[in-house]
Amino acid sequence: MNSDQPLLAAEGLSKFYGRRLGCRDISFELYQGEVLAIVGESGSGKTTLLQLLSMQLEASSGSVTYRMRDGVARDLASLTESERRFLFRTDWGYVHQDPAMGLRMAVSAGGNVGERLMAVGWRHYGRIRSAATDWLDRVEIDANRIDDAPRTYSGGMRQRLQIARNLVTAPRLIFMDEPTGGLDVSVQARLLDLLRRLVNELGLAAIVVTHDLAVARLLSNRIIVMKGGEAIESGLTDQVLDDPREPYTQLLVSSILPA
Amino acid sequence: MAVALDIRELSKSFTMHLQGGLRLPVVERVTFKVMAGSCVVLGGPSGAGKSSILKMIFGNYRSDAGQILLKQGKAVIDIAAADPRRILELRKRSVGYVSQFLRAVPRVPAIDVVAEPLVGNGVTRDEARERAAGLLRRLNISERLWELPPATFSGGEQQRVNIARGFIPDLPILLLDEPTASLDAANRAVVVDMIAARKKQGTAIVAIAHGDEVRAAIADKIVDIQQFAAVA
Repeated sequence: MNSDQPLLAAEGLSKFYGRRLGCRDISFELYQGEVLAIVGESGSGKTTLLQLLSMQLEASSGSVTYRMRDGVARDLASLTESERRFLFRTDWGYVHQDPAMGLRMAVSAGGNVGERLMAVGWRHYGRIRSAATDWLDRVEIDANRIDDAPRTYSGGMRQRLQIARNLVTAPRLIFMDEPTGGLDVSVQARLLDLLRRLVNELGLAAIVVTHDLAVARLLSNRIIVMKGGEAIESGLTDQVLDDPREPYTQLLVSSILPA
Repeated sequence: MAVALDIRELSKSFTMHLQGGLRLPVVERVTFKVMAGSCVVLGGPSGAGKSSILKMIFGNYRSDAGQILLKQGKAVIDIAAADPRRILELRKRSVGYVSQFLRAVPRVPAIDVVAEPLVGNGVTRDEARERAAGLLRRLNISERLWELPPATFSGGEQQRVNIARGFIPDLPILLLDEPTASLDAANRAVVVDMIAARKKQGTAIVAIAHGDEVRAAIADKIVDIQQFAAVA
């Protein structure tokens, strides 16, 4: 009934750190099943924007509304504590660039995935373990590594585990901050393929911050190009990348090194 | 037969900001119609703007002015003015595109590259793969290649994978950018047959085809793009 209503809408979102600009006057709508890429160089404000959208930072002005599971769009700033908790624990996922920020490195892989389930009231050990096993399999982690802590994992495995931990509660929206940053290219390709498949299969909405235009092209339907805290160009991903209009976007696109 | 695609006064230029704002006019006031069940071939030398026109119809390039009208259900939609969501929807339901080169995704096997547009349209994965297999077989792609990612395939093989991917969803409008350019005679004939079959089903086709033989076999009308050359 609600697929015509945006899942998330940002309106005039701005953030100042004292007098320094984080981002200014960002507005967009995100619908169920859509993947939005936010691209730009470091310092362009893309991570600030992601943190504003995911309630990790408070906006200086503007608002974010989110359509809760009951179909009612709510201003995020007006949510009750239990509604916020529901978003963080269940309906949203957040994939950090550094898996160590999204995982508990000394807790077993199964425990990392199971913890999200216990936080939403799962108590039956067997069921939690089987859900965790299932998710490790979906992110291509061998079941016999379930009792190992992620600090014994490679970088690519850690990132896949972080994704499993986020997706186990069947969120509707997932935020990703440079999800493939710092990984070898072959590991990157595998992760991108996995993300693409999961997003399609689960009908997830996602907001992906990346400086890598190839990642944006592969994962996203729509794109916002940021520079100096402002959204300078936005639209369909392939349109913006193949027919860039703004000088800065043209510079970004023409700066890609051919493989 | 009904008009499937109505292109009116479509203009396009590029502004190259990195070259001091150099403005490159491409085409001006392109106007033609495509009837359902027929094929329009765009004529003119390379650089005339033929591919740019296909890309505008697919929503891959923006248009500066003019309209690209098509019917979806009872509504008439102007692709030149459509928002991103609408264009994504049109690509799912109405407009298919076979680009000149396959943009391969790392790690994805050829058969899934072909099946993907159907899976995105709600067909089960098994059924989509089965239909993909049928097309790959028809296009003479050796079965031992199906489970391999096409990045390492020859140019002709990649092009056939691309054609299979473009033909797998049954969409009312199909855009073909030199679909037979690097194919041998036998495979060219297969593609010509596939195009003829789609015309019979009522698909409206806009194609770029340089070979006289292929052009003669598929075209119901040739629109010379040079008449819309932009004045610099």
